[in-house]
Amino acid sequence: MPLYHDDDQAMLADTARQFMADEGSIKNQLRHWRDRECKDGFGHGLWGQFGEMGFAGMLVDEADGGLGMGHVEAGIVLEEIGRNLTPSPFLTSSVLAATAFKDASAELRGRWLPGLVSGEKVYAVALDEGAKHRPERITTRAERSGNGFRLTGEKTFVLHGASADMIVVAARTAGADDDAEGITLFAVPRDASGMSHDAVRLVDSSMATHTKFDGVELDGDAVIGEVDGGRELLGRMLDAGRCGAAAESVGVSRGAMDMTVDYLKQRKQFGRLIGEFQALQHRAAHLYSEVEIARAAVIKAQQLLDGGSENASLMASVAKAKAGKAAGLAVREGVQMHGGIGMTDEYDIGLYMKRDRALAEFLGDQYYHANRVAELSGY
Amino acid sequence: MADSTADLETFRQETRAWLDANCPPEMREPVRDEEDVFWGGRNARFKSDAQRQWFEASVAKGYTVPSWPKEYGGAGLSPAEAKVLREEMARIGARPPLSSFGIWMLGPALLHFGTEEQKRHYLNQIARGEIRWCQGYSEPGSGSDLVSLQTYGEDAGDHWVVNGQKIWTSYADQADWIFCLVRTDKTNKYQGITFMLFDMASEGVSTKPILLISGNSPFCETFFDNVKVPKDQFVGEVNRGWDVAKYLLGHEREMISGAGGGDRTAAIGAALTRAAGKHGDTLDPVLRAELAQFDVDALAYACMGEKFLDEAKVGKAHPAQPNMMKYAGTELNKRRHELFMAAGGSRALEWDSEATGGGKTARGWLRTKANSIEGGTSEVMLNVIAKRILDLPGA
Repeated sequence: MPLYHDDDQAMLADTARQFMADEGSIKNQLRHWRDRECKDGFGHGLWGQFGEMGFAGMLVDEADGGLGMGHVEAGIVLEEIGRNLTPSPFLTSSVLAATAFKDASAELRGRWLPGLVSGEKVYAVALDEGAKHRPERITTRAERSGNGFRLTGEKTFVLHGASADMIVVAARTAGADDDAEGITLFAVPRDASGMSHDAVRLVDSSMATHTKFDGVELDGDAVIGEVDGGRELLGRMLDAGRCGAAAESVGVSRGAMDMTVDYLKQRKQFGRLIGEFQALQHRAAHLYSEVEIARAAVIKAQQLLDGGSENASLMASVAKAKAGKAAGLAVREGVQMHGGIGMTDEYDIGLYMKRDRALAEFLGDQYYHANRVAELSGY
Repeated sequence: MADSTADLETFRQETRAWLDANCPPEMREPVRDEEDVFWGGRNARFKSDAQRQWFEASVAKGYTVPSWPKEYGGAGLSPAEAKVLREEMARIGARPPLSSFGIWMLGPALLHFGTEEQKRHYLNQIARGEIRWCQGYSEPGSGSDLVSLQTYGEDAGDHWVVNGQKIWTSYADQADWIFCLVRTDKTNKYQGITFMLFDMASEGVSTKPILLISGNSPFCETFFDNVKVPKDQFVGEVNRGWDVAKYLLGHEREMISGAGGGDRTAAIGAALTRAAGKHGDTLDPVLRAELAQFDVDALAYACMGEKFLDEAKVGKAHPAQPNMMKYAGTELNKRRHELFMAAGGSRALEWDSEATGGGKTARGWLRTKANSIEGGTSEVMLNVIAKRILDLPGA
């Protein structure tokens, strides 16, 4: 398969670019909701439009009412989300939760997927338990209780946790905290008694929660996939989410880079456009190169994931690490090259810096993933 | 052309069977030294029967230049088929049957600018490995500012009389013919250069290898003292050789970038860690972290190489993209060799011991320092990206 978008994908990219530039723009969404101190951190109206456009359920199988598309297509939408810093629950709902639901029972799918496809429902995932992404260690416990389970523990960095109608929770049903096996995924509804959220606004104005599960009683049919056998599904969710986050990072990179290169062509100092200075030209050219390479790695990882390749997991980490490095460079160079106005809230470049910081951390930063690349490579 | 998924799968099976039958096991071993590379040419000698077999089978199949049209010695493969062949060769670690500046640089320029007669003549020679070419571009006073070159061809009726000096001419001392930039109009800087082709055995041509910091001499000084070049031996138009030169530079930069995969794009952390372990050495955690960061960059760059080639084949790549590839690929390769040295420790310092294959690590490390100089420096590449891709002013 060639490593570029085919005609259908190019058309989707055009549609997504136009839609996000119009409806999902920084002015219409990020600033709008931020300045109103929105408790969700995103607009439900836009999310509904995601449903109408078919974006919200794009990864959901056609049999379940979705578009049955792949990660390349989801990445196309995420790149435009990144470019416009569009706040939405797309990554957690349409990528992470949707991937988990590939293994869900017909009953669970029937209960939760229609609301996702229509953009009416918002889903979150509760994976992390510490400030650093460490999914190898899961201490949140779900113990057998009657016909169901009793969930106890604490999760953190649950994006959209307080807005979510349902949260996919990774919990331990067997074994010790650091065991690979013994993991089960649960679909926990918003009204589950014993679940409480401590909502926090993050640096990029998105909302997350520290979520406590205090003996939450769950039916047996809340189990997604197999009891004790959820590690593999969790792995697939993480690969999908990491590829998605990487695609969004590439969008952030490209948005920040385009803004910065434009600025170099407008701003005059010493009687010249600052873009004439070689010191800035070389840095901009280096940045371009890093962003292009990151984008190639991300598309490759998406294709491998869609093809079910055994290399997909390694490439998902390469993509997340590389996209994180490139986006970090893009926003740092962006703020620096904008000079003083780059520090002002009025200019958008700083918003890119904030979004990148949150996205870099989500599902593992470049250090986590470089280490994972080494481990998967055998050193 | 066979580009449907089913046809490509059939082609893959055929290719696999053909490689099984024709690529000897010895030709699936990594290249260890210069003698493992077959360059062809009048004075070519095969290192082994396996090398000869592999070369001859490839020539017969058109696989020394698989994408070139059949009438010019290629196999006429579509981009998708050529990619399958590349993947299948990579899968078994097959060496290139023939390495040549004719394939990488002159060939693409001839395909674009050559007359039908030139294509039939020169491309077939290149495909069969009959002529080993070298490149006459840089001069002592014209490095990054290549267009200032002074080697002059004086019009003498049915031939030019060429005088001047080239430098950094790779393997000029072993080459049969040269493709050479020669000034034919001193009054016009850009439109006063002709892209000439001539025999290195011509009277008045001499070469002198340059000893490099690696202790090797892959580059030469090349002198032209009243060399007669027949008037029909040029590519493109007289005085418009700069167009050919720039086009060819794109291919040279692509070649140096390592976009095609192989050693230049591989991850290294696991192999270096194992190699150290074999000697009872351990790598510091901070070095391991550097290796991991490098592997991320290398694996990502490999994707970029694949994407670039895929896009180039269908005309989707930005025309200046080879400059980006060259910049990123050579900087990465220098980093790779710094890490070889760091992981190798004092063993990597040995200059001529048998254990190191005659100082292969150290010499290889020094050789890579030329990567970001030859074919256009990294700084020139960044200038070109800024100007042609980012459209920055006054660059």
